[in-house]
Amino acid sequence: MTDETALLSPSAAAPERPAAEGGGRGRRGQVWRSRRYRWDLRWSPYAFVAPFFLFFAAFGLFPLLYTGWAALHQVELTDPDSMTWVGLRNFTRLWDDEFFWNALRNTVTIGLLSTVPQLAIALGVAHLLNYRLRGSAFFRVAVLTPYATSVAAATLVFVLLFGRDYGMINWALSAVGLGAVDWQNGTFASQFAVSTIVIWRWTGYNALIYLAAMQAIPGELYESAALDGASRWQQFLHVTVPSLRPTILFTCVVSTIGATQLFGEPLLFNGGAGATGGSDHQFQTLGLYLYEQGWVNLHLGRASAIAWAMFLILLLIAGAARLLRGRGNAR
Amino acid sequence: MRSLRAGRLTYLALGLFTAGSLFPLVWTAIAASRTNTRLAQTPPPFWFGGNLGRNLQIAWTDANMGTALLNTVIVAGTVTVGTVLFSTLAGFAFAKLRFRGRRMLMALVVGTMLIPPQLSVVPLYMLIAKLSWTDRLQAVVLPSLVCAFGVFFMRQYLVHALPTELVEAARTDGASSLRVMWHVVFPAARPAMAVLGMLTFVMSWNDFFWPIVALTQNGSPTVQVALTGLGRGYIPDQSVIMAGALLGTLPLLLVFLVFGRQIVGGIMQGAVKG
Repeated sequence: MTDETALLSPSAAAPERPAAEGGGRGRRGQVWRSRRYRWDLRWSPYAFVAPFFLFFAAFGLFPLLYTGWAALHQVELTDPDSMTWVGLRNFTRLWDDEFFWNALRNTVTIGLLSTVPQLAIALGVAHLLNYRLRGSAFFRVAVLTPYATSVAAATLVFVLLFGRDYGMINWALSAVGLGAVDWQNGTFASQFAVSTIVIWRWTGYNALIYLAAMQAIPGELYESAALDGASRWQQFLHVTVPSLRPTILFTCVVSTIGATQLFGEPLLFNGGAGATGGSDHQFQTLGLYLYEQGWVNLHLGRASAIAWAMFLILLLIAGAARLLRGRGNAR
Repeated sequence: MRSLRAGRLTYLALGLFTAGSLFPLVWTAIAASRTNTRLAQTPPPFWFGGNLGRNLQIAWTDANMGTALLNTVIVAGTVTVGTVLFSTLAGFAFAKLRFRGRRMLMALVVGTMLIPPQLSVVPLYMLIAKLSWTDRLQAVVLPSLVCAFGVFFMRQYLVHALPTELVEAARTDGASSLRVMWHVVFPAARPAMAVLGMLTFVMSWNDFFWPIVALTQNGSPTVQVALTGLGRGYIPDQSVIMAGALLGTLPLLLVFLVFGRQIVGGIMQGAVKG
């Protein structure tokens, strides 16, 4: 991380004051000043990090740890103060709960459907943005505008665009001779539609991240590849993609974490029908199920258990990513 | 870095992608300027109608969008100022000062950076319920001030951008920590503070899960909470829903219009360093 020598330490930066000009009062003032000075040097770092860590302890660390405790209790939303110890019952119920497994399956499917195309398209777009372009500033800002659109606003528009009877997408499908699709009620169709919203919002953002990494690739790599007779496509495959490996892994991890938390899109894609994730729970994700258990069915304990299950899944993903990176380094 | 001149196909492909990125936003405006009856006809409208003013008015008054916009400005503004300030203070300490526990605390920051807030939403709710903060703006402001990414971002920036000798020189002149902060650190950190501020503002404006849990639509909603009410059939008029979505998005689009290049720069900068 940092080179330790570049750090200021209290002893190293002690000021060299000119010898006292005599006089008791002056000296005492000086002693006091230098004591305050030392004190300042010693404690100011803590004062600087304190505001962050105070809030972090209260609203970050404590809730995170307390989730595990709450998961072992029965807690009702209407009376969150009274907790009844139930041991592992919230977890065993979850294990036998078909809706939980359904939500887990949907989260995985929607996660794959949204992450894989998103990152692939982002890579392609970044490649195009990396050419010398007229109006490159415009293109960069324009591809980022979906990022400025909130989940709520985006989903409300896509609900209309994906409308079964009057939506533009079905209109276009029938215009080219394909049948209309029931985007809301079909299992795959609805998951595809929800994924589309995610892809729309995040592809441009990831493209910019890839673009930044591409601009850091030294040009000599391409030159020597070209000398070896590599075509543009081969250069992309054998120079660009390997150089981007860490960045790709990074975006994979971030997108996957985002995918496990997917909530707003499936909530609002259901039109007015609440947190069920469709009439048949066909696009209910874990995040949505957590919300339904906690804030619709009022079972905060069970919601905590779902949160812990999500935490476990994240740990698995982190482990897998670490393994992948380890293998990449070994090679 | 290599830059080959772009060919026509590149422009065509990028043009298509850009069109796809912008189209849903443009169509939001088109739908918001129509009537509910028109939106229930095929083919769907491709150009603006004359109903925008009426729809905006209904969304503004009936769906609480006026209050919601004001609330969101307050929330996003406070969160931005607080996050940037706290992150700069902590980022400076981690980048340039030596103190006991520094490594452990930094590891804590980095370790929690990728843990999503959804995991701790239940205890957080119990906490604000206990404090009787439900449906109050501080319930969404205070938890959002915990931004590990901000601390990390400022630290990474200041490690390189702020010469240690400068801090040392100010120290030797007898400047107190507060003076060093004010006269040396803040000026050096200003570009990164601006970028972090813009990113935080966008994130806070669009924050969804926690506001839905902590606020109600008829109490003191943020824009996103009010939009959820619209989507849940509070007003079944689709053109009004689109007008609401437009109202909630326009302020950020304006921010993008003015600061778009800086935001792009910030995201790309963060990508290389992060």
